[in-house]
Parts: sequence; structure tokens; C-alpha cells
Amino acid sequence: MKPAPFEYHAPVALDEAVGLLGELGDGAKVLAGGQSLIPMLALRLAFFDHLVDLGRIPDLQRVERVDGSLRVGAAVRQSAVEHSAEVAAAVPLLARATPLIGHFQIRNRGTVGGSIAHADPAAEYPAVALTLDAVMEVASPRGSRDVPAADFFTGTWTTDLADDEVLAGVRFPTWEGRCGFAVEELARRHGDFAIAGATVAVELGADDTIRRCAIGLFGLGPVPERGTAAEQSLVGASAGDVEPKALGKQAVADLSSIPDDAHGPAEYRRHVGGVMVARAWQRAVEEARHA
Amino acid sequence: MHETEVHVHVNGADRRMRVEPRTTLADALREELHLTGTHLGCEHGVCGACTVLVDGDAVRACLVLAVQAEGAEVTTIEGLTPDDGTLSPVQEAFRANHGLQCGFCTPGFVVSVTALLRDNPDPTDDEIREGLSGNLCRCTGYQGIMAAVRQAAGR
Repeated sequence: MKPAPFEYHAPVALDEAVGLLGELGDGAKVLAGGQSLIPMLALRLAFFDHLVDLGRIPDLQRVERVDGSLRVGAAVRQSAVEHSAEVAAAVPLLARATPLIGHFQIRNRGTVGGSIAHADPAAEYPAVALTLDAVMEVASPRGSRDVPAADFFTGTWTTDLADDEVLAGVRFPTWEGRCGFAVEELARRHGDFAIAGATVAVELGADDTIRRCAIGLFGLGPVPERGTAAEQSLVGASAGDVEPKALGKQAVADLSSIPDDAHGPAEYRRHVGGVMVARAWQRAVEEARHA
Repeated sequence: MHETEVHVHVNGADRRMRVEPRTTLADALREELHLTGTHLGCEHGVCGACTVLVDGDAVRACLVLAVQAEGAEVTTIEGLTPDDGTLSPVQEAFRANHGLQCGFCTPGFVVSVTALLRDNPDPTDDEIREGLSGNLCRCTGYQGIMAAVRQAAGR
């Protein structure tokens, strides 16, 4: 099994990479860790005349704190995130979602930016980015721009990125105070894409009042979703008054494009999604109470 | 289609090969360097038979392009075996515990387990199962492999 032929480019700076993308147009594709792109090329589900590899650009491999956020370079490997004390402390949800991605051999190559730009609807990182209102740093020959996660994912495997744009990094806001974070997913086997999954971030006041919360849903539509109505109903309530199962049902009630395929009918996935929300909610609240 | 020259350090030796950019590291190791211990099962990242170490990290060689490995240190199953023809402790444990039957998946398992035990020398059974989850074996039912990893870990 071989990909169709292509030219390979290995720029050593971001400017050089976006210059190549500008020059090569829509025949070029960015290669990050390659753990989704290379199989798609091998199976000939995708064809490109040029691959522009981000793997030799040192600037894209940095993790740093910037103004209330943790900035993660697009080419930072998932295994680096998994084993980083700084990520675990600053963005616990990102750290906790990581072991759910594939297998350790995949995470040794796969990158943060690659997973988010690939935008698989059942992937963990896009849901984490959406849940935390992360900001995508996008570079092109025309300059750079910030894209909020809510505007970034536009469909299955499609994003707001233009052909000459590259995702250079992601800023994940850090939450302070009595906070808790959890991710739950159901997959047939360890490392498979989830049938459905949920992420929860919650901040409690001293009296257990819910000050803010975010619920992310994945595997439940062409793009990751937020349980916005459920979130709004929670703010100001006491965490002790929330019935997790009812919250789960509420969070998935409005979803209208749940996949219906060999891995499970839509109504089953909706049910699983609600259960995942309930479990994640309980764990996140428990953590916040002890924070 | 034009070929490009790639330099890699494979099992301790500097090697050069001429490959098309689309050539995977797995194909390059097998066809250019004749290191046929690296097996190809699914060729799209599911089975783990082609697992090798790149700069010490266990990776699927079918999901790495040879050109991406330029300048890297690559260790294959051949490089894990002592020069005197004896077996590595992981290989010995697989043999002693019926950790293989047909043997097709075995090189990938041995490379993965070698990396797993290097990073976590005393894994729990759950950690072993998670560490093995990226490699498929259709013969053994995995119990012999579990026993082999426990033995290699000195349990």
C-alpha cells in the first residue's frame, strides 16, 4: 500500500512553511504528526501534490504560559503533553484527554495541532479546545489571525483554515479557583475513536455555587458541540442540587446531527452521550470541591 | 518519480537510502536496507506489527515517511537482539511463555514491550494491557503475551 506520489518539503521556520503554502496553493497539505494523514494517503482517501512537514520547525514545539493561557505549539507531540507537569497543572482537561488518544505509539508521533486541524468529530482535542474556549493561532502569507474554537470547526474533517493557512499554536485558557475537569468517553476498544464522549469544566464558589461551567460533546455530530443550554441553567445553582443523569439528558437533548452507523444508532449514541456527561460532571464537581 | 537521499542511523550504523518521498519508513527498512524483521500487517496504523523505535520512541513505521526520519536514530527488532545470536530478555520471555504462535506480530510486540518496560519497569497488569493495546495478535489470545511481559518485568 503506497500513497500517490507527492513532493516533500521540510521547512525549518514558520515563515518558510506559510510561504510554501502560499506558493503551492490547494495542491499542498500540511503534515504534522501524520497519524491521520498518512493512513488517509495510504488508503488513497486523499491525494496531494505536496506535503509541507511542520516537524522541523522548533518554534512550533514550544509550550509556554501567555496572559492567562497555556500556549501549545501546533507540533507539540501528544506524548509530550501526556508527560508534561506544566500541562497537567495549567490545563488539566488537555492532559486528561491525552491518554484516550489512540495508543502510546500513536501519541509518540501525533501532535496537538494535527489532531485539532484534522478535526475528526470523535476526537478528544477538538472537544477540549471547544470546551475551554481555546483560541487557534493561524498563520498564512497574509499574516496571522486568531480564531476562537467555536468558529474553527466547520464540519467533518473541515475547519475554518484556508489552503494557505497553517495552525501554528493553540492558546488554552487556564482556570483558577475551585475548579474541576473531567473527560469521559465510551469506545469499543481502548484507543478506538469514541462512540460518544463528554468533557466538563466547572468552577465552584466557596458555598458550592456553580460560578461557571462548560460541557463539551464529541462523537455526537459532524463537529464537537457545547451543551450551552445546560451550562446556562447551571450557573448560579448549587452543585449539590444538580441531578447528574437529568443534566446528561438535557445536555444532549438538542443535538440534531448525531451519527447513525454500524458503531451505533443515533438514539443509542445520544443515550451514551448523556451518560458520559453525567459521569464527567460528577468527577469534575468532586474535584472542584476538593480544590 | 524522483527519489531523494535519506540518511538514518539504523541499529547503530549510518545508512543512506534513495527513496521516493511517499515511501514509508517500514518499506524503506525492508526494501532498501533489507531489514525484514519489521513486518507489515495492515499498513495503515492499526495492527502495530511494524513498530520500531525512532529516537527511542516506539512508533508505527507505516505511519512515518522515510524522509521524516532524516537524521533520526532508528532501532528495529534486529537491533534489539544481541550480536551473539542469543535473545533479548523480552524475546526470551515471549519464547518461555508461549507469547507467540505464528510469530508475524511478534517483532512489533517485542519492540513495543521493550519501550514500555524501559519507561515503566514495574507495570501493573492494567498498565501492561494498555501498553499492549496498540499491537494486535490473532493467535495467542494475549494471555501468553501478558505472562511474557510480567516475566520480562521480573515479576
